[in-house]
Amino acid sequence: MSLPILTIVTFLPLAGAIWLLFINGEKQEKIKRIALVIAIGDFILSLPLFFKFRFDTSEFQFVEKVSWIKEFGISYYVGIDGISLFLFLLTSFLTLICILASWNIKDRIKEYMIAMLVLETGMLGVFISLDLFLFYVFWELMLIPMYLIIGVWGGPRRIYATIKFFIYTMAGSVLMLVAIIVIYFMNQKATGEYTFDLLKIYNLDIPMGAQFWLFLAFFFAFAIKVPMFPFHTWLPDAHVEAPTAGSVILAGVLLKMGTYGFVRFSLPLFPYASHQFVPLIAWLAIAGIIYGALVAMVQEDLKKLVAYSSVSHLGFVMLGIFVFNIQGMEGGILQMINHGLSTGALFLLVGMIYERRHTRMIADFGGLTKKMPIFAIFFMIITLSSIGLPGLNGFVGEFLVLVGVFKSNVVYAVLAATGVILSACYMLWMFQRVMFNKLTNPENKKLKDIDKRELALLLPITILVFWIGIYPKPLISRMDASVNHLINQVDEKYKVTLNRLKTEKKEVEYAVKEEKSAEHTIEVD
Amino acid sequence: MPYFFGCSYLDLIGFVLLFPLAGTVINGFLGKKLNKAIVGIVGCTAIGLSFIVSFFIFIDLLKFDPEHRVFEKDYFTWIGSGTFEAIAGLQVDPLSVIMILVVSGVGFLIHVYSVGYMHDDDGFYRYFTYLNLFTFSMLLLVLANNFLLMFIGWEGVGLCSYLLIGFWFEKKSASDAGMKAFIVNRVGDFGFILAIMLIFVTFNTIDFTDVFHAAPEHLQTGSFIATMITLLLFVGAIGKSAQIPLYTWLPDAMEGPTPVSALIHAATMVTAGVYMVVRCNVLYTLSPFSLTVVAVIGGATALFAATIGLAQNDIKRVLAYSTVSQIGYMFLACGVGAYITGIFHLVTHAFFKALLFLGSGSVIHGLGGEQDMRKMGGLKKYMPTTHTTFLIGTLAIAGIPPFAGFFSKDEILLDAFTRGSLLLWGLGAFAALLTAFYMFRLLFMTFYGKSNMTKHVEEHVHESPMSILIPLLVLAFLSILGGFIGFPTASAINSFLAPVIGGGHHGMTDGGDLHHVSNGLMFSMMGISTGIAIIGILLAYLMYIKQPDLPAKIVGKFKLIYTIIYNKYYVDEIYDATIVKPTVKTSFVLWKIVDVKIIDGFVNAVARIVELKSEVLKLFQTGYVRNYALSILLGGVIIIFCSLVLL
Repeated sequence: MSLPILTIVTFLPLAGAIWLLFINGEKQEKIKRIALVIAIGDFILSLPLFFKFRFDTSEFQFVEKVSWIKEFGISYYVGIDGISLFLFLLTSFLTLICILASWNIKDRIKEYMIAMLVLETGMLGVFISLDLFLFYVFWELMLIPMYLIIGVWGGPRRIYATIKFFIYTMAGSVLMLVAIIVIYFMNQKATGEYTFDLLKIYNLDIPMGAQFWLFLAFFFAFAIKVPMFPFHTWLPDAHVEAPTAGSVILAGVLLKMGTYGFVRFSLPLFPYASHQFVPLIAWLAIAGIIYGALVAMVQEDLKKLVAYSSVSHLGFVMLGIFVFNIQGMEGGILQMINHGLSTGALFLLVGMIYERRHTRMIADFGGLTKKMPIFAIFFMIITLSSIGLPGLNGFVGEFLVLVGVFKSNVVYAVLAATGVILSACYMLWMFQRVMFNKLTNPENKKLKDIDKRELALLLPITILVFWIGIYPKPLISRMDASVNHLINQVDEKYKVTLNRLKTEKKEVEYAVKEEKSAEHTIEVD
Repeated sequence: MPYFFGCSYLDLIGFVLLFPLAGTVINGFLGKKLNKAIVGIVGCTAIGLSFIVSFFIFIDLLKFDPEHRVFEKDYFTWIGSGTFEAIAGLQVDPLSVIMILVVSGVGFLIHVYSVGYMHDDDGFYRYFTYLNLFTFSMLLLVLANNFLLMFIGWEGVGLCSYLLIGFWFEKKSASDAGMKAFIVNRVGDFGFILAIMLIFVTFNTIDFTDVFHAAPEHLQTGSFIATMITLLLFVGAIGKSAQIPLYTWLPDAMEGPTPVSALIHAATMVTAGVYMVVRCNVLYTLSPFSLTVVAVIGGATALFAATIGLAQNDIKRVLAYSTVSQIGYMFLACGVGAYITGIFHLVTHAFFKALLFLGSGSVIHGLGGEQDMRKMGGLKKYMPTTHTTFLIGTLAIAGIPPFAGFFSKDEILLDAFTRGSLLLWGLGAFAALLTAFYMFRLLFMTFYGKSNMTKHVEEHVHESPMSILIPLLVLAFLSILGGFIGFPTASAINSFLAPVIGGGHHGMTDGGDLHHVSNGLMFSMMGISTGIAIIGILLAYLMYIKQPDLPAKIVGKFKLIYTIIYNKYYVDEIYDATIVKPTVKTSFVLWKIVDVKIIDGFVNAVARIVELKSEVLKLFQTGYVRNYALSILLGGVIIIFCSLVLL
């Protein structure tokens, strides 16, 4: 066994946070540098995962398993597959970007950086956990720093936003916890073993009735996170109040926890219920795509606009996941990455003009291209990526999702494809009002174009935007084995349940027939 | 076979794309620091080289037997997921060769023209970056060997169109027009993208050769799937090629610099829809219903746009409506199954319409930016070369023999008559009358009669520099002779393109447009269409030279009709009132009512219930991690206890 690379990458930020605890809060520059070095180091350490990842297996890789609380069957069990790999990398990448993006924060920088690093550990942990209990610990661990980042470093209505975020997510989390524990005991009943080991629990055949309720419990936790319509209203408020880096992490990684949760837990654990819930989820996803886009169109605040656009984009991801075919699933996963990059970049861009002008109102801008030509280029590219222009990243994911959906249900696909039109409407209209037309507001005449640090934030994302758009193969081919495996796994278990259902039905029918024929005989008599 | 460093020119097909892309990259990254001369040279050279390679490829292709003139080159798998595969691969065949010759050839002339035209603009390098990127995308569109790669080009040209229409982004009308173009095109793309998916689901491939090969076996003529695929594709074509009901963006697109209008909104991009229909002719032939739709929409657009062209006073807008109308002709041809004639008209139209647009640009340039024809007049003596070339272009579009437009338009009318119906012919013929009229109206109002220029303008009016005139002369030459590639009895274009029509490239030389009509019918049709054109010209002469007060009188008599036409049938206003405004209004309702009142109202109500126990809430908000952890732990213990009891 080589180095426990997942553990190192996951806990390095936490170690960094502990280091920061012992540093005098006055030394702002030092604190920032340490945090940045940790983030860079962590990102570099996470890269070998990409290069050493094996394409040919759906098994979890880089696995580590240590018993933690033996009495309850809880273990520290981590590993990644083609589904979590990219979310893991995205997290370490975006955290690095975020720490660099937070360079101008003056207030309590030490606590801020500690929160960011703890957050990173929490998020990374969520994506690698193969133990339900461990998963839940990380899930909650990551929420706390997020509450703090919004609640302490946020905007004027940060308390309201935090409480809303808190209530929503707590409501979901509690239900999920209940469900996890119920599964735990069910598994014990069936196998006689107390364990939270996800891979073992995958084999558990949960009765249909229980699947229904358990799916629902997980559904609330994840749907709120995604967020699916109509559980989305915490998102615009949280985004508006969060500091730039908070928004980037929120949109880039936290929302993916929901969609990832569906893929990793809901689908393989409750295949029958997942199939049964397809119409509900599909219609909510489609509603989200259209509703999010329409509402985004009329927003006056840039961050709110981007927030609602997330509702629309994540609708695509959900739809792709719930058609149970390879194109939909791979498109969905790719779209998670794409959304993380594009929307993350959009929040960075909005943050840049907010830092200069202390407003995010679209009406306060106009004609910025004149003063900020380089900013304009990046803004345009990211806007187009978000719209899903072919040749950029957004298109590949969106199109694969649509192909997958089309294969399973044409009506869903047609409705979802209207998002193609609507996204162009709200993004380009916004872009026009901010960047084009005459520069009339005298405040905007003093604007300076982006500096080197800001360039360093945007350039790597832009490169990825092009790379994924032009040559997505390195990503998709790493997903293939895992996605295929997942789909087969879900399919097989679903069929088992269906068959059982059929035999039960037959038995019932048979019994009924017997009864009838018996009656018949009696009548004849 | 001629070899170039050991490989056939066909192998160099990638360079046709590579040069414009290199130009984009060089000007995009370095253009700001380079001086204008170098930017211009880079931009023009990129396209020039592309044209040269295209030309040699054309020569190379001619060396093969007609049925073997197809060459594919796959580079890498762009998207591959499950059985879905989109390859980055190019296809050279007679159709794509004709297209790349037109795109890079006319494109090169317009690049040269732009050097002079845009010389004083601050965004010079930005302009050439976009223009090169456009050419790259357009070439990709026509060279792609599958639907999805074609779609990159398809949207790429849309993007460049958006950027170039809104090139002067400080003008609100320009940025509005750019956005409108993109969004309306997206409506079309919505159809296109669904078509691609339906094709994939039906054939399990999106490769042109495979799809067209499988289609006749897979689908029966008139089957629902064939009709759906072709109609959805046509929705895309309607958007890109500005046909009813999605044509409204094109007239507004005239906000862009005039050479852009010539290249993108006349010669190349807007004809992409026609190219696509011809490329998919195998599919269209399988659906007579779709063909009828194509023909009717084409014919109706040809006439409808021509009527609007009658009453416009902006020189570029007249040309814009004329473009819409001419593309209508091309679709009319495709719709009656005369695909090659459609491409023929596409080619000649590229020559004469680019010429007309560039000519109008020369006029606008000479007049210091004036576009209103009512403030022109008598320009002939100030701008003799522009006038001569413009006259040639006008004769070509009006359909006077032997100019280019005559041959192609006459053939469309002939095909509409012999293969379509009298009604389709009538639409086309009437539109031809109007075309001759409004084009000569334009010519007379601009170059003839007495000057209506303001004194200031009149003092400064001048003929354009050579960089502008040379492209005009070359295009004028092509507008005179271009028609002979489709000379009725010995049509070179017909025999060249024939293998593309019908069953793909499988020895189908007889599936072309080589229909047999009697010479008598052909000549009488020629006579009729020439007669129609002459009537139109005479009417224009009567109204704008002979009796200049006549138009006003007619307008006075038919006030209502004139107002409706002058206002373009209020189509923009109708769309605004029935689609744009209601959508925005609905969105506001969704936001303010559904989101804020209903959903948030519910959430806040829940929060208020919690707030009643505000002490509890305060505990939650201490900000101490240990408190959170404690509450989570407590909650967990309670739940575990409950579940234990329950189970």
